[in-house]
Amino acid sequence: MGVPAGAPARGAHGVTLRLPVAKRLKAWAVLIPFALYATPFFWQLLTSLKPEAELMVLPPLLPSRLTWEHYRAVLGQSVMLRALVNSLGVGAITTGLALGLGLFGAYGIARYPIPGKGLLLLLIVGGTAFPQIATVSPLYLLMRALGLRDTWLALILANTSFALPLVIWLLTGFLQEIPPQLEESASVDGASRPRAFRWIVLPLLAPGLASAALLTFLFSWNEFLFAYTFTATEASRTVPVALALFPGVFEVPWGDIAAASILASVPPVALVVGLQRYLVRGLLSGAVRE
Amino acid sequence: MTSNRRTRTQGLCLLAPALLVLGALTLYPTVWVGWLSLQRRMPIFDVNRFEGLGNYVFLATDPRFWKAAQVTVLFTAVSVALEVAGGVLAALALLGVRTGARIALSCLLLAWALPSVVTAKLFEWLYNPAAGLVNFALGGAALNWLGDPRLALPGLIVADVWRTMPFVTVLCYARLLAIPADVYEAAQLDGAGAVATFTRITLPLLRRILLIAVLFRTLDALRSFDLMFVLTGGGPAGSTETLTVYAYRSLFQAVQLGLGSAVGVVVFALVMAVAWGYLRALRRGGLTV
Repeated sequence: MGVPAGAPARGAHGVTLRLPVAKRLKAWAVLIPFALYATPFFWQLLTSLKPEAELMVLPPLLPSRLTWEHYRAVLGQSVMLRALVNSLGVGAITTGLALGLGLFGAYGIARYPIPGKGLLLLLIVGGTAFPQIATVSPLYLLMRALGLRDTWLALILANTSFALPLVIWLLTGFLQEIPPQLEESASVDGASRPRAFRWIVLPLLAPGLASAALLTFLFSWNEFLFAYTFTATEASRTVPVALALFPGVFEVPWGDIAAASILASVPPVALVVGLQRYLVRGLLSGAVRE
Repeated sequence: MTSNRRTRTQGLCLLAPALLVLGALTLYPTVWVGWLSLQRRMPIFDVNRFEGLGNYVFLATDPRFWKAAQVTVLFTAVSVALEVAGGVLAALALLGVRTGARIALSCLLLAWALPSVVTAKLFEWLYNPAAGLVNFALGGAALNWLGDPRLALPGLIVADVWRTMPFVTVLCYARLLAIPADVYEAAQLDGAGAVATFTRITLPLLRRILLIAVLFRTLDALRSFDLMFVLTGGGPAGSTETLTVYAYRSLFQAVQLGLGSAVGVVVFALVMAVAWGYLRALRRGGLTV
């Protein structure tokens, strides 16, 4: 991290830049508390790479060598591999479904004169506050009655039900930022409403859609209560469930658990590091709008 | 008029699929759980009969329920207070970062974005009595964090604060970034110190966003389940058993669907009452959220 900032300055200008280098070092030093904040995660990362024999000995903090043995063990069993596939599949389909339903719903709310619109939106927002623990028992009975226990569909439906209010809320806000005059002038020019939607609204809405998609996928990936309740076997267990039920026969396999937690963290970490802008935008507009 | 009615129908058609899904998977279960809570259902013993308010009457004198309610309130109050205080401090610190603000924000958001089951596993390992980093950092202490009824709840709260404080930080940070620098310069010219600047300028400007953050975080803390269920399972000796964990245990471990549903309804009522009371208080205070 420090290299790209410090290196060229020192080589190119020599003495005159001694102060800026010190300043830059200071600028990087400010980051240390933030890096320390992530210690629990980095510690787990280090644990996942420690040889089995060194796990239960502390000090030393750093292992004598790094090893992939825990990752090999975790990915060698079908449980975690299958769970990763299940989580990706359920997450992707939930995101598609919630965004599809939410986009049309939000467009309806934002652009059409629907009676009782304000109350409806309030109810939908209220929906984001519903505690899952209250709906889990009826949903369990419903899934069982429909023969959906231990299937992807049960999780997709349950996750969509709690992601959809948020998606509608976010997209309605983003749509209201796009002036309706744009579509109206397009229809004056002879474009039909679906065409105006496709070629004018959708491109402008893209960043908002990205934010909503990221949050939906993240919530679906992280969701535990429904997944824990509605699944019974490897066929549909998601990553959090597999991790919570991680098998330990005689002693707790801390190294394997660490490796499994890191695998479970890959998508969230990728989103935070790679697509931070959209994530933060979604978070903010979810909270700040009236 | 006809065209108006047509567009209204079109709008409803666009909205219908979403409303149908929400009605079937959120509204209907919410009504159903109320009905379930009025029954005595124990599938193992083939018991299934209407009981009226029997489950609620039982809960009213159930020490385990009151203990769980107490744990829930304590957990919520302490977590939210620490998250808000820490969130503001971290936002101010983030404001001082010139180089690498993105990296700093990544380190914070990382904690927020992880699945709470992963957070539970992270802290279970940190709290390990023999080889945990926490005891090591305390100079080789031999504290059994998750096994001691006095330490388990604080341990759980620390994990929850770690996970959710970044949310408060992001909200405050975004608000602070929007404050023009000359506001602070003017304060400096007037000879205001750091403390005065914070209490007279920063805090009032953050007031609105903090109220929103407190509402969101309170609702989330009241209904949180994953972290305590996986980290401590409500133990030891019920010291971290919240209402949600009690509800889950009644529902799926004791398989008393009626009783568990009644606890779920209580959590629901609690969340709605807090949201409603909070919004009302804000209105009266002249603040609209």
